[in-house]
Amino acid sequence: MARSPVQPPARKPASTAAARRPSRAALPRRLALLVATRKGAWIFRSDARRRTWEVDGPHFLGHTVNHLRLDPRDGRTLLAAAKTGHLGPTVFRSTNLGRSWKEAAQPPAFAKAPEGSSGRVVDHTFWLTPGHADERGTWYAGTSPQGLFRSEDGGVSWAPFSSINDDPQFREWMGTVQDGTPDGPKLHSIIVDPRDPAHLYFAMSGGGVHESTDGGRSWSPLVKGLEVVGGFDPGTITFHDPHLVRLCPSNPDRLYQQNHCGIYRLDRPGDQWQRIGRKMPKRVGDVGFPMVVHPRDDEVAWVFPMDGTDVWPRTSPQGRPAVYGTRNGGKSWQRLDAGMPDGQAWWTVKRQAMAADAEDPVGLVFGTTSGELWLSRDEGARWSCIARHLPEIYAVEAAELA
Amino acid sequence: MQVLIPSSLRSYTRVSRVEAAGATLGEVLADLDRQFRGIRFRMLDEQDRLRPHMRVFVNRLAVHDLAHPLRPTDDVAIVQALSGG
Repeated sequence: MARSPVQPPARKPASTAAARRPSRAALPRRLALLVATRKGAWIFRSDARRRTWEVDGPHFLGHTVNHLRLDPRDGRTLLAAAKTGHLGPTVFRSTNLGRSWKEAAQPPAFAKAPEGSSGRVVDHTFWLTPGHADERGTWYAGTSPQGLFRSEDGGVSWAPFSSINDDPQFREWMGTVQDGTPDGPKLHSIIVDPRDPAHLYFAMSGGGVHESTDGGRSWSPLVKGLEVVGGFDPGTITFHDPHLVRLCPSNPDRLYQQNHCGIYRLDRPGDQWQRIGRKMPKRVGDVGFPMVVHPRDDEVAWVFPMDGTDVWPRTSPQGRPAVYGTRNGGKSWQRLDAGMPDGQAWWTVKRQAMAADAEDPVGLVFGTTSGELWLSRDEGARWSCIARHLPEIYAVEAAELA
Repeated sequence: MQVLIPSSLRSYTRVSRVEAAGATLGEVLADLDRQFRGIRFRMLDEQDRLRPHMRVFVNRLAVHDLAHPLRPTDDVAIVQALSGG
């Protein structure tokens, strides 16, 4: 894999020189941005200052990579959900931060249907979630069409998890390919409660948000208060389209959600979502895909609004991209666009393509549909573009390497 | 028999022609998977159907059925009909 210093497009000759010649005072490059794109994956590395970035890639050039994640339990194992054009979907695994990759021996796949009936086929693995800190080697995967899988050997072999993949009620809630997102309906936002490995959430586009408190043996829909497209019945789980759900690491009883129909917050043990997106400016609206939460403050969250009017252009509203942030649990929102183009910028950010790091102040990063990577080192106050000309970005994760 | 491997699958085989055995197309693909772990799932889905755009030719004739009988002298070509941007 190619490994070379990246030249930031921003006007920073000093930092470019620093990227080429690391000084003796250089901090270890332990911060990584894991960038998955429609045509491969890249790893950007920096130190806690986040001033200069070294680019490592492409990995899997030509493969569609939907998600690239680091195992936080060892800080070294990477899993990549990949699919090459018309070849089948698979998962690749690296135990040396991407220097070498090995394909999963048994990638996520649905059960073979009995003779005479037609079974489902995994088109791509869309989502990867490392298991609970106490369950080393455990990973969860969500697929398109909607399927839930688990690995207990670090991602080498995968099996259907719980009964939802073939459950008639869940199959009805999943709807058909006709109901799904353009490249297929998805199971995503698999969340493990950091206090309890048996407490799980996941979401489906479409098909609602679901919760298990018994390690996946049983599931209950968690959709009260969520709106659906006008004219449809919110009591029908199929019509619910959660785009992304996040749990606050600092308060696992608080969830935030970006939905097809607005931005929501839920405080457990309550089960009624509140539409906090109502406080967003009307001309921007509260439609979008990403949802990012602060690692240490459950009142702080960020979204990236998208134009969801009339035919759903799925661009930045008015061609003016911006992150919106709240610092009071959604009671009010601030526009955070300093450094971003102030017009004629029609890109947007996909649901997995925005993330927060764990530094102080928190760094925010997003990848665009036009292949740019944007970074803020100060919780969204100022932004700069740190990479351009990548393929369409599908996912970005910020990770701490061992 | 000799099996022609498309460029998109050579990360498994390293070479363009490999030797595989079996009395049917399905058995030959299973033999390929024994030799090159994972290659079968890239060609067939979990319901044992050829994936879209994956084509197999036996002695230059298109074959769609995994039960298609093969002789050791047959020439098998796996081809990918690449499309899209």
